[in-house]
Formats: sequence, structure tokens, C-alpha cells
Amino acid sequence: MASGVKPRVKVPKTAAAGDVVTIKSLISHKMESGQRKDKEGNTIPRSIINRFTVEFNGESVLDMTMEPAISTNPYVQFEAKVPEAGEFTFTWYDDDGSVYDTKKAIAIA
Amino acid sequence: MEFSRRDTLAMGLGAAVVTVLPFRVNAAADDQIAAFTGGADMADAGITLTAPEIAENGNTVPISVDAPGATAILVLATGNPTPGVAQFNFGPMAGSQAASTRIRLAGTQDVVAIAQMADGSFAKASTTVKVTIGGCGG
Repeated sequence: MASGVKPRVKVPKTAAAGDVVTIKSLISHKMESGQRKDKEGNTIPRSIINRFTVEFNGESVLDMTMEPAISTNPYVQFEAKVPEAGEFTFTWYDDDGSVYDTKKAIAIA
Repeated sequence: MEFSRRDTLAMGLGAAVVTVLPFRVNAAADDQIAAFTGGADMADAGITLTAPEIAENGNTVPISVDAPGATAILVLATGNPTPGVAQFNFGPMAGSQAASTRIRLAGTQDVVAIAQMADGSFAKASTTVKVTIGGCGG
């Protein structure tokens, strides 16, 4: 499944140095659990995002392992330290090998 | 209504099966807990798991975990076909050891969160969520 996957991330544009900011992330993905069956009774194969990582200037903020029990369109909210201006890198890893990423810059106000 | 010897035996057998079943369901979850903690003891304090008491739709149940000083948090849904939900590993740039997400629950069950602290100890929190409509298809 590589169609219609769209990552969305909400990061404040500016922060004071040393601040902790709240980040909300969402990626549109059907997260097929591998438990459901289609009309003919065949199991629909599992297709999920199994890992989500966030880095700030190359240093890890969050590394999350996802299982099929994560809902459709995985939403994650967390907090990150901002000691300096820089860039957040968000990466999602799909079961089919696809990697989706997005970047958000943050400035020091 | 009178109980014959046969009926009584059958009822006893049924009761035995009912008591054994929950262990079977939880075995996979226990395996995952053991793999995560290595069999270490878990404290009851130090981690907060927030989940709704009643979830109308098991497909999206909002949960949040908060464990100050943790390096990793494992979340399990003990009543799901596969108990694993997610594992959060916090890096040096994490502002707090807290996160929230939305999960699927197949039915009314206990949700368990286990935090691994920076000093290697573990803390556990669990809460029961009532689910009106299950979220795993089938």
C-alpha cells in the first residue's frame, strides 16, 4: 500500500531556546491488521506502518514500534526539547518497505 | 430440577475450562512482558496510563502514557488477538517521557503499560477499558 499516504505534522514555528514543545503527527494509512477477512472469507494480508522515528538535528527524540493494534491513520503526540534552532525529521516505515518522511524546521524566538 | 452425578461432573468440567481459558489468552501477553523485562519485578508507581473507562468504538481508543525518567514504554492489550500495541523508545531529545496515540481493542479488556526506567528498573500500570464495538474485524 503506497497510495494516498500523506504524513502531517504539527510543530510550532518558533520556540525559546531550551523549551519543550508538543508535536502532533498523523499519517494517513489504512493499517490493515491482518485479522480481517474479505467477502470470500480470505484473510486480508497485514499492511501496517511498523516503525515511526523522530530526530532533531540527527539526535533521537522518539523511536516507536507499531503493531497492528495501532488505529487507522496512526496519530502520535509527544514532546521534544529544543535547545537550538534546527530541523525535526519524521520517518515512517511501511511493511512493504516504503519509507515516508517529512521535515519541519523550528526557529529560536 | 435435580442434578444427576453426570450433570454435576459436566458442570465441574465446564467451570475448570472457564478458569483455564483466561490464562491461555494472557499467555502471549505474559511472554511479551517477560521478553521486555527479562522477568524483573515491576513497581506499581512511576508510570501513568490514561485510557477511557468506556470506549464506544474499539477501532480508535485514545490512550496516553507518561513515565518520567523512562527510556522505553511497552503498551500491551491483553485481550487482543496479538497483544502487542506499541513500544516507545525515548531519545535524548525527548522533552518528556510521555506520548499519546490511538489504539484498537478487540473487546473489553485490560490495557497494560510497562516502563523501563533509566536505572534498569521497571514500572507497570494497567487499566480496564470497556469496549462496546470491537475493533479487529473478524
